[in-house]
Amino acid sequence: MNGVNLTLRTLHRGERRLAHELVTVAERHTTEHEVHHVATDLARWSREHVRRLAQTAAERGVRLGEAPEPSSDGVFATLREKASEAVVHRPEPGLLLLRDLRELHVAAAENSLHWEMLAQAAQAAQASRDGGLLALASSCHPQTLRQMRWTNTMIKNLSPQILTSL
Amino acid sequence: MEDTTDRIARPWGARAPYGRHETWPTRVDTFLAQGVEPGAVQRWVQSASILHSDGDAMDVAVADGRMVGVRGRDADRVNRGRLGPKDLFGWQANASRDRLTRPLVRRDGRLVETDWDTAMDLVADRSRALLDSRGPGSIGFYTSGQLFLEEYYTLTVLARAGIGTHHLDGNTRLCTATAAEALKETFGCDGQPGSYDDFDHADVIALFGHNIAETQPVQWMRLLDRLEGADPPRLLCVDPRPTRVAEHAAVHLAPRVGTNVALLNALLHETIRHERIDRDFIAAHTVGFEELAARVADCTPKWAAEICDVPAALIEEAAELVGTTDALVSTVLQGVYQSHQATAAAVQVNNLHLIRGMLGRPGAGLLQMNGQPTAQNTRECGANGDLPGFRNWQNDAHVADLAKVWNVEPETVPHFAPPTHAMQIFRYAEQGSLRMLWISGTNPAVSMPELSRMRSILSQERLFTVVQDLFLTETAQLADVVLPAATWGEKTGTLTNADRTVHLSLKAVEPPGEARSDLDIFLDYARRMDFKDKDGGPLITWDGPESAFEAWKRCSAGRPCDYTGLSYAKLRDTSGIQWPCHDRAPEGTARLYTDGIDWAHPDVCESYGKDLETGASQEVVEYRSLNPDGRAMLKAAAYLPPHEEPDEQYPFQLTTGRTLYHFHTRTKTGRAPQLNGAAPDVWVEVSAPDAERLGLGEGDLVEVAGRRGSLRGRLRVTGIRPGLLFVPFHYGYWDTGGGSGPGPDTPGRAANETTVTDWDPVSKQPLFKTAAAALTLVERGDGRPSPAPTTTASAPAAAAVPPTSGGPAARTTEREPAGFPHGSEEGAR
Repeated sequence: MNGVNLTLRTLHRGERRLAHELVTVAERHTTEHEVHHVATDLARWSREHVRRLAQTAAERGVRLGEAPEPSSDGVFATLREKASEAVVHRPEPGLLLLRDLRELHVAAAENSLHWEMLAQAAQAAQASRDGGLLALASSCHPQTLRQMRWTNTMIKNLSPQILTSL
Repeated sequence: MEDTTDRIARPWGARAPYGRHETWPTRVDTFLAQGVEPGAVQRWVQSASILHSDGDAMDVAVADGRMVGVRGRDADRVNRGRLGPKDLFGWQANASRDRLTRPLVRRDGRLVETDWDTAMDLVADRSRALLDSRGPGSIGFYTSGQLFLEEYYTLTVLARAGIGTHHLDGNTRLCTATAAEALKETFGCDGQPGSYDDFDHADVIALFGHNIAETQPVQWMRLLDRLEGADPPRLLCVDPRPTRVAEHAAVHLAPRVGTNVALLNALLHETIRHERIDRDFIAAHTVGFEELAARVADCTPKWAAEICDVPAALIEEAAELVGTTDALVSTVLQGVYQSHQATAAAVQVNNLHLIRGMLGRPGAGLLQMNGQPTAQNTRECGANGDLPGFRNWQNDAHVADLAKVWNVEPETVPHFAPPTHAMQIFRYAEQGSLRMLWISGTNPAVSMPELSRMRSILSQERLFTVVQDLFLTETAQLADVVLPAATWGEKTGTLTNADRTVHLSLKAVEPPGEARSDLDIFLDYARRMDFKDKDGGPLITWDGPESAFEAWKRCSAGRPCDYTGLSYAKLRDTSGIQWPCHDRAPEGTARLYTDGIDWAHPDVCESYGKDLETGASQEVVEYRSLNPDGRAMLKAAAYLPPHEEPDEQYPFQLTTGRTLYHFHTRTKTGRAPQLNGAAPDVWVEVSAPDAERLGLGEGDLVEVAGRRGSLRGRLRVTGIRPGLLFVPFHYGYWDTGGGSGPGPDTPGRAANETTVTDWDPVSKQPLFKTAAAALTLVERGDGRPSPAPTTTASAPAAAAVPPTSGGPAARTTEREPAGFPHGSEEGAR
């Protein structure tokens, strides 16, 4: 079952990274209020995924780390927020915003594919003892897809104005 | 029988009890200016109120070319002759000496008077220059919930097809966006399902975050009359304040603000657990029940009790009330709409009605209320971030149909993304991609959240702002061009209330000075801009209110809000009529969805829906697979905690709201002496235990500070939920020394100094009900009471405060006809 453990580990790393990236993007774009607030909310989902992945892995004898704190960057977080406020009247950070949303989307897409793999492996192995894995994947994967839909919607809605006003 | 009542002291007047399924008796309320005898009135001119969303029909008294009073229209289905305090006294503001009478333009930093040609040429020249250099995305329009249908429709055509901009929204974003969105999420399309007549037949009336006694005082009179009659309704009140509704409620829940979804999920949990559901209705008319049931399976009253901080037993009682009645009416307003998770919560109320089969019959009604008098028109005309006639921007056939009505190419109408909502329009202005903002009939420098930010956006040099208003409001003071507008009573048009009732409001008197109707201003702009259709003819083919109405009828034809059966003549003859009104329903339509769900089919729906937690848009493919047959959609949502929670520094929750005597930012009601006298200045409400703990008392001057700003007001100790502060949002700076904002000698006065820039990601309605704040003493009171009214939710808990009264200047006639002259109303049947 090393393949399953490997997928759990990869997914754990991916969700940790996405949780961190969502919080970082929220801090970097405090003046883009919807992005700021919804990204903060969505980070919560990824942190919960990390927690549940670690729990499932532990049951299989694999040790994975804890979820990151909502903001563990201290002074850097403050710096990001201040930087965002300093350029509140500038249009150029719009490009950075689009890049960040794109990166979030790609990170969520990677996680989504790994959830897909995990669910497939769980189904193949269901006869033995992996009912819990399938339940985990079916409860978390939809939220990953919703994270992707959100980044896609924000890009769709914001890019016309940002890209035609520079 | 004739009597006079001080309608400031007794805002809801005398009672006329009536029983369930009976017709609400008429009572004609009349107020004439002091010294005006009834015989001196030369003309009574038909109209309806524009100071709330109720749509109270009235006639305006005219003598010697001046307004001298008002009288309720007893023939009208909405108010049956009654008027509320704002209806009775608000009209006096029209004649204020400080009305704008000439256009103003900014020269060398100061606003100076000019003529219309100069002002309008300036606006048109700047528009053309921006279109050439930066494109249509550099121009935005922010309108109101207080103009007329004809004006919104004209603005929509000129903005969406003339300029070709995405950026047109109304201040209805702050009051009614969630109503529209919640209806779209559940029914696929906007459109109020219920009717006010449902109040006559209801057994249980559940009011979610809806202080109807103050927002729609005339419908509250109706409920009070029923409460005193035979077989009275039982009320469920969800409100953290001790409102009049709470006082009369069978069950009152005062949850922690920002927890509506948790509470509603618990009500749904109980309804399903006890099998208080209509399985036939669910099977025939809905999709999504299994998922909803699964999502609320763990949402027990005990779970919700922890989050909402209300006893679990009380939640169970509330669930029993709404779950066991045979006729449930629910109403929803700002306590839900202006909280976080606004749409998610409002949709759960829809779900409650759907799983109980409480839809489309007398007494089984759902009312997602509106905040403003003409908000419904902003929505249906496409001036509120939607396409006109509830067309779907994601559906190419709908866009093509609209383009045909306007005789333009479909590409002319931007539809590559949803129309930009107000909060985002202001953000584009802030970051500099939007360079011209035309604000009509609203006052964002007081009504938007986080006012220091709002002032900094509006006073940017690079942003060309046009403000069209009656007075030199806080916003107008920051403008580059100010256009003096005519208002209600000085112009003709139609308006539609929260239960789809269309009223005609006729011009009674001339506007002051050179002031022009909003319609004339928009038409003038369209002529100067020379907007063309695809054949080179004029894009806008009408030249006055009635021809604009006829044009709108063509745009509404075959749509849910079909006006084709209406005309000015018909509205003049019959008073208010509910849309849809067409050849198959010439008398209008009392209720939607009486025979299934009409507008949710993938080909006809207004929206393919959004994710209730993230706001992400769904595409047609997903919608088609979820809802191929066009049924109502039961959408579940998980509870999320608010973004701003109290902490050590800001230990209170802060909510804002309105009072009975004022409207919006008080531009009119602050200039009506009786209304201003009833609530002359801002105040702060705190609970008795909190006041005692902090050693504060009635009349103390306190500061309410949040992360973004602060304000000062006199304290009122009330029965409000402990841990919560309330500040009314009406007060700004035009009647202080400060001008457009706080200054060295003018402390903060507007509630929105403290509110947060954050919105529901689904409806994009900003949050005014969930902020954190600190409360500190500035100065002990000198024995004078707080300026808060004693007649309403701001009534003192214990302190002996002189009761609010209006004296002789507020005496109003209430005439109860001996017979019942109007048998045509629906309640009689």
